[in-house]
Amino acid sequence: MRDFSYLRAGSVDEALSAAAMPATMLLAGGTTLLDLAKCGVNAPERVVDITHLKGLDTIRVDAEGAFIGALAKMSRVAADPAILAGFPAVSEALWQAASAQIRNMATIGGNLLQRTRCAYFRDPASFPACNKRVPGSGCSAMEGVNRGHAVLGTSDACIATYPGDLAAALVAFDAVVHLGERKVPIDDFFLLPGTTPHKEHAMQPGEMITAITIPASAAARHSTYLKVRDRQSYEFAAASAAVGIEFETDHETIRDIRIGLGGVATKPWRARAVEDALRGRVLEPDTIKSASRLAVEGAIAHGGNHYKIELAPRVVERAILKSGALA
Amino acid sequence: MSNQTTINLEINGQAHTLAVEPRVTLLDALRDHLELTGTKKGCDQGQCGACTVHVDGERVLSCLTLAVQVEGRAVTTIEGLSDPGAELHPVQSAFLEHDAFQCGYCTPGQIMSAVSCIREGHAGSDDEIREYMSGNLCRCGAYPHIVEAVREAAKVMS
Repeated sequence: MRDFSYLRAGSVDEALSAAAMPATMLLAGGTTLLDLAKCGVNAPERVVDITHLKGLDTIRVDAEGAFIGALAKMSRVAADPAILAGFPAVSEALWQAASAQIRNMATIGGNLLQRTRCAYFRDPASFPACNKRVPGSGCSAMEGVNRGHAVLGTSDACIATYPGDLAAALVAFDAVVHLGERKVPIDDFFLLPGTTPHKEHAMQPGEMITAITIPASAAARHSTYLKVRDRQSYEFAAASAAVGIEFETDHETIRDIRIGLGGVATKPWRARAVEDALRGRVLEPDTIKSASRLAVEGAIAHGGNHYKIELAPRVVERAILKSGALA
Repeated sequence: MSNQTTINLEINGQAHTLAVEPRVTLLDALRDHLELTGTKKGCDQGQCGACTVHVDGERVLSCLTLAVQVEGRAVTTIEGLSDPGAELHPVQSAFLEHDAFQCGYCTPGQIMSAVSCIREGHAGSDDEIREYMSGNLCRCGAYPHIVEAVREAAKVMS
C-alpha cells in the first residue's frame, strides 16, 4: 500500500474542502478503501478520516420514513428495532452481507460506494486492462471468468456487477441519497456503465454522502430480502431480490409491489416490468411465475454467467411468495 | 520515513505512544511495533478473520483498520482477554475443552470473534453461531468443534 498523508476531519465542511483536493479519499469504515489500496486499485495521496465526526450516525424512524446517517454502522442499522419493523428487507439485506466484523466497521455511506468484486478490476498487476480502472484499456471479463458478472445493465465496455445487498433493498423502496443539501433519488445516484464505467455514481468531487432517507410505505413494512449465493454466509449474491407487497383490502389483490435486484446487474436494479405486470393482479403462483420472467428482459450473458438469467426470475418468484405471506 | 506521525493508543488497558506512517494498519502496529503477536495476519485483506480484535468492545478486523484511526478508542487483543496468571476467559477454556482447533493459527481471531458473538446475543442456536462466526475461516476445518465450544461458552457466560 502506497503511503498517504492523513487528516482527521473536525467538521463536515473541513472534510468536504479536503475531499475536493485531487487524489483524496474519505475514510469511513475503511473496509473498501484499505482493501483496494492493498490490491493496488486505490492509491490515494491524501486520506481524510471522517469517523470522528459527530452526529452523522443517527438512525431515526418516524411516520415519514427512515433517516439513516452516513456513518451509522451496518450492524447497528440491521439491529435497529424501528428499521426491523418498518423496513425488514433493509435489515435482512444488511445482516446477510459481509461478516459480523465487517458490519461493525462498514458505514451506510461507504456501503453504497463499495466497488465491484470483478476479479480483473481487483488485480491491476495481473490484468492491466480494465475500463473501470483505466478508461479505454479494455475488459478482461468479457471473454474471461465471468461467472459472477452482470447480465443486466451491461455495456460493451463493462459487465462488472454492483455487489451490494443494501442498495438492492433501497432501490426497491425509493430511498434518497443526501449529499449535504443536495438530494438524489437512489436510482439516479447509481449510473449505468455505458461508455464510462469508471463513473459509478452521481457524486461530484467535494461532495460526500451525509445520510440516506427511505420513505415509509406499507410495501416496505411487508418486505423481505432473499439472497442466493454459492455458500450460505459471508458471500456476495449470485442473485438476490428485495420485495415488498401491499394488498388491497381483499388481502389478495396487489395494490403496490416493489422489487429490487442484487447480484445480477451493473447497478442496484429495480425490476419495474415485474411490478407493472403484477400491480392490480391477484397474487397466485402462475401469475407470479410468468411475471417474474420479466425481471431478466433484455439480459445479456457472457458465458459463465448465463445461469443468472434462469436464477434471477426464480429468486424473484420465491421472494414475492415470501413477501406475500407477510403482507 | 518522513511521513511518520506520533499516535497514542490504548491497548488492553495500557497506554502506548508510537510513531508510524499513516498507512500502518492496527494489525501491523500490534505485531511489529508493540510485539503483540497473538493477533494473526492471515489474508491481510479482510477475508479470513484471523486478525479480529475488539475496538470499544466490538469485534473488528485489524487488517482493515488504520492504527491512527483508533486513537482515543479502547483496543482489546487476545493477550488482553484474561490477565496473565489469572483464569482463562470462558471462551478460551471452552476452545481447550472442546479441542476447537488443529493448527491454532485462526484461534485468536476465532476466540475474539466468539466472545463478541456471545455478547451480541447471536449464539442462540448452532445455525446462528455458524452465521455469526462466518467471518472467521479455519483452513483445518475445525468448525464442528468451534461451534460446540461457542455453544458451551455461551452457557457459562449467560
